[in-house]
Amino acid sequence: MDFSISISGFVALYIFMLAGFAGWVIIGHVPAILHTPLMSGSNFVHGIVVVGGIFALLNASTTLEQAIGFFAVLLGAGNAAGGYAVTDRMLAMFQTSEHQPAHAKSGRAKALHPKKG
Amino acid sequence: MLTIIPQLLIGAADLAAAFLFLYGLKRMSSPVTAPSGIFVAGLGMVVAILASFLYAFDVTTEARPFLATNIGLAFVALVVGGGAAWWSGRKVAMTAMPQMVALYNGMGGGAAGAIAAVELFGGKSQGATQLIVTLAGALIGAVSLSGSLIAWGKLDGVINKPLRFKGQQLVNGLVFMATLVVGGYLVFAVEAGAAPLIATPDLIYLFFALALVFGILMTLPIGGADMPVVISVYNAFTGLAVGLEGFVLQNPALMIAGMVVGAAGLLLTLLMAKAMNRSVSNILFTNFGAVTKQKQGDIKGSLKPAAAGDAGIFMRYVKEVIIVPGYGLAVAQGQQKLYEFVKLLQSADVTVKFAIHRVAGRMPGQMDVLLAEAGVPYDLIFQLDDINDEFANADVALVIGANDVVNPAARTDKSSPIFGMPILNADKAKKVFVVKRGEGKGYAGIQNAPFYGDNCDMVYGDAQAVLIKMIEAVRSLGLSAAA
Repeated sequence: MDFSISISGFVALYIFMLAGFAGWVIIGHVPAILHTPLMSGSNFVHGIVVVGGIFALLNASTTLEQAIGFFAVLLGAGNAAGGYAVTDRMLAMFQTSEHQPAHAKSGRAKALHPKKG
Repeated sequence: MLTIIPQLLIGAADLAAAFLFLYGLKRMSSPVTAPSGIFVAGLGMVVAILASFLYAFDVTTEARPFLATNIGLAFVALVVGGGAAWWSGRKVAMTAMPQMVALYNGMGGGAAGAIAAVELFGGKSQGATQLIVTLAGALIGAVSLSGSLIAWGKLDGVINKPLRFKGQQLVNGLVFMATLVVGGYLVFAVEAGAAPLIATPDLIYLFFALALVFGILMTLPIGGADMPVVISVYNAFTGLAVGLEGFVLQNPALMIAGMVVGAAGLLLTLLMAKAMNRSVSNILFTNFGAVTKQKQGDIKGSLKPAAAGDAGIFMRYVKEVIIVPGYGLAVAQGQQKLYEFVKLLQSADVTVKFAIHRVAGRMPGQMDVLLAEAGVPYDLIFQLDDINDEFANADVALVIGANDVVNPAARTDKSSPIFGMPILNADKAKKVFVVKRGEGKGYAGIQNAPFYGDNCDMVYGDAQAVLIKMIEAVRSLGLSAAA
């Protein structure tokens, strides 16, 4: 049995097209007030490139490949971790109850904004 | 030969990651659900990274002797790269956020470029399609890396002036063409069987060097006011590069995540460009801000300075105040004091609203984040389209550290570099206070006619210091009233 994935030609184009549409529609619903966290959040999402970096590094067979692969994982990890850290920090601020930790109960936080300080 | 179990696990983990990313981004459509959204996406990332170590079961025969070292290297790279970025992301000031985002984005582009480099140097690309896609990803990733680094330098103040010279477009165009020619030659030579890919390292070096140089050249002439657009363009670029390398590595999770970000970056770029009433190509390829026409002669009236305390007291006795915050507020770290002042006004039954221009700050929506940092509830914050008609009814427009986004030259003066840009109608308010450090001009380098208007007073000083004085003035008022 062979379970290996083979994506080629038009299948790849289908994936790209559908993902592009999904991204466009999903992002289009994000209000302007959240555009900075959105940008760093989508920045975080492309940090998935670190997975490709790990694949490349594990398959490296020369010193040059190892060096570049190491570089790829290093940068990809930085992209992912940094993107997450800043996005999480920013989003935590949009919560109005100040004593609440970053994402505990965040989905529940219905009592949004105290109107007056 | 990869055993079936790890293969299935990797497939399942990547599928889960792709789902969690999409679901996480979907939750960003409201400030209420957004924090859980990024958490969900983070879970997806952890799952995908852990699963990716299962690739160790199926490395190529040549790579087998190096496997232990490579796994070790991967761990070190993850810990060092991830740790350093996490630490810096946790401690960076909110005002410095744009340059951090640019930096992380450049890292992603660099990672995509590096993956392409491993594929190219190892001669692993098979067939023309794969080679072309690898090269395209390499080009876009490399441009994103060097371009983002320049953007970081500009936002961080390391690079102060836009670098412009005669014939710049031509030079940039030539460098870009040269990159394409080298890439095209590589494809041609390899496909014609003239040389295997692995025998052409010099050409590969040249290709990357040209791409990196192009990224630098392309970003250097762009002025600081256009940085929000630039950041968002490079975000889209990196996404695209990641998506393309995902195709090369046959990894659908990378393809989907990369393409989603590519689309997101494109959408944000178009929104920003629209907010400035300029085309994206106009922003990227023409020299905004180079035109510093002095039209001072046309402006009548004079700048009238006012004391901060008087302005504060004035606002205490009106019905409605609309605040237009700009980057000057952020630089002065005045958000906290501003909200304190706002709370004082609110307790005196003054209606206070915030009007935010989409390009206020150094990246899309940055002003919203800075106000959120100070604790301003987001139902007080309005975007241009929602509040612009209300200025005419407002008693006071308080402009803090913003210049260009309230400059009516955009409405009338065809020669102005910001002509056509939608602006906040602060000048239509009955009274305008402008808090500003000095008589200097805004980012676009143009004079601001309404500052000379009859209804406008200038409050000079650092935004934070001014706000402290306003707070004190209003407080002392309250005390004497109570006494």
